[in-house]
Amino acid sequence: MRRIVPIGPYHPLQEEPEFFKLIVEGEKVVDLEINIGYNHRGHEFISQTLTWDQVSFLVERICGICSDSHPYAYVLAVEDIVHITAPPRAQYIRTIIGELERIHSHYLWLGLAGHFIGYNTVWMWVWRYREPLLDLFELIMGNRNHYAINKIGGARRDILPEDYPKIEKYLDLLEKKNTMFTNAILDDPVIRARLENVGVLTKEDAIAYAVTGPTARGSGYACDVRKDDPYDAYDKVDWNMVVFPEGDVLAKAKVRLIECHESIKIVRQCLKDMPDGPIETRVDEIPPGEGIGRHEAPRGEVFHYVRSDGSNMPVRHKVRAPSYMNIASNVVAVRGYSIADAALVLAAVDPCYCCTERTFVYENGKKKYSGQDLLRLSWKKTEDIKRRYKK
Amino acid sequence: MKKEYSKKILDEISAKFPEVIIKIHSPRRTYMTISREKVYDFVEFLYKEKGFRFSIATGIDTRDGIEIIYHFSHDEAGTYYNIKVLVPKDDLKIKSMTTLLPATDWIEREIHELLGVDFVGHPNLVPLLTAETWPADLCPLRRDYADEHKNIKIKKKLWEAS
Repeated sequence: MRRIVPIGPYHPLQEEPEFFKLIVEGEKVVDLEINIGYNHRGHEFISQTLTWDQVSFLVERICGICSDSHPYAYVLAVEDIVHITAPPRAQYIRTIIGELERIHSHYLWLGLAGHFIGYNTVWMWVWRYREPLLDLFELIMGNRNHYAINKIGGARRDILPEDYPKIEKYLDLLEKKNTMFTNAILDDPVIRARLENVGVLTKEDAIAYAVTGPTARGSGYACDVRKDDPYDAYDKVDWNMVVFPEGDVLAKAKVRLIECHESIKIVRQCLKDMPDGPIETRVDEIPPGEGIGRHEAPRGEVFHYVRSDGSNMPVRHKVRAPSYMNIASNVVAVRGYSIADAALVLAAVDPCYCCTERTFVYENGKKKYSGQDLLRLSWKKTEDIKRRYKK
Repeated sequence: MKKEYSKKILDEISAKFPEVIIKIHSPRRTYMTISREKVYDFVEFLYKEKGFRFSIATGIDTRDGIEIIYHFSHDEAGTYYNIKVLVPKDDLKIKSMTTLLPATDWIEREIHELLGVDFVGHPNLVPLLTAETWPADLCPLRRDYADEHKNIKIKKKLWEAS
């Protein structure tokens, strides 16, 4: 018999207001309906009423976790209209911030994925080493989030030479710890049992649903804007694209863990090769035309399309966040797995997280599960697997 | 090498679809204009045969009509191909691509509610972002939205709307 398990309108484990309607037969999920739009703020409309410089602050507030990605893609789009590039030093600064942000976003996901499957140690560990990174952001830009580093034609702030040793010291610590996490997580038989062959998104589905970022790379579809269409300093440093063909949650976790290593590599090289000079090209006027900016955010490709008619405001500004494509692919990824896995699979594409209280499962009009109960279901499965391994 | 590669693709496009107007903005950004009747076949050619990745579609309210831009990424060469289609305002209809490309499902719903374009053949053309009580004929991204908006009172409660 088919039953409907509503998750939302707030996702129980993530702060984003999405409404998932899981259609289940017994414990098996047979279908999924997704409903979004509970947090529609009309950014594209507001953007048409602001000046070119104001828009970069507006788009920064689209997402709190990847708050560097949207302004980054936006300034690249405007620079595409004007046909200019930022000065070399500004390019390196933007690249460093982009990569540091990737590390902090991937650690956030990793910690929460650990929490979902009942490994609170992973959660505490990972967030323990994410915290100094936020302090580092505060040191460089004065804010733990919303860095406001991107400006049309360059960077808004310089990274001072006396801050380099502090960044390098953190990277040394992080490299050691990241190796530890990678080995600990990939060697643990219980974590493997929970993540392996769960929520498989095949390569064909990945292409049909046009997913990007770690979701695509974990399904064997190699696309990374930083490699395909290099911008700023990404073609001046040496790094590798991480691709795994399996398509399950473990593959996505592996992509993110190893990508943190690559990010550390990129930041190190950028700090070493950082040229001196100005950090901004002056832009006086935006000519009529259209431009496209793409940035590889932690979750995938951020795409901005901007059209100008020569005035001081954009005529049209289209924003495409990676989750717009990735969340839709949940429909195929979650089909055929149990409810205990659903919480993890729906989180595997990495939308943002927080609220755990808003889910209720009703059976014959009686409340059955809340968000905490979903977590408990997931934890119970891990405990069962642990017990099996102990025997 | 990459540059030659995209030139080869552009030659192929102009051989197969001679009516396409190609404008090269920069080596990695190409804009193409095609008529509304031909766009489905053109997208099918790019997606199925050339292996382009669908990125997103943009709807723009212009003087001549609603302009829809399908953004496609060619990841091997790192190029963006943008296919522009003009839908006249007195006949806001275009063929849906959902059966061909499942990824267009959400964006077609979004353009439908924000700009009022009807995607013929879409299986589930219900609003994606706006509230359930939002009037269906009020399109927030239209240029005349502000004028229309003056006299309309949006009902706050779902049960009042029905």
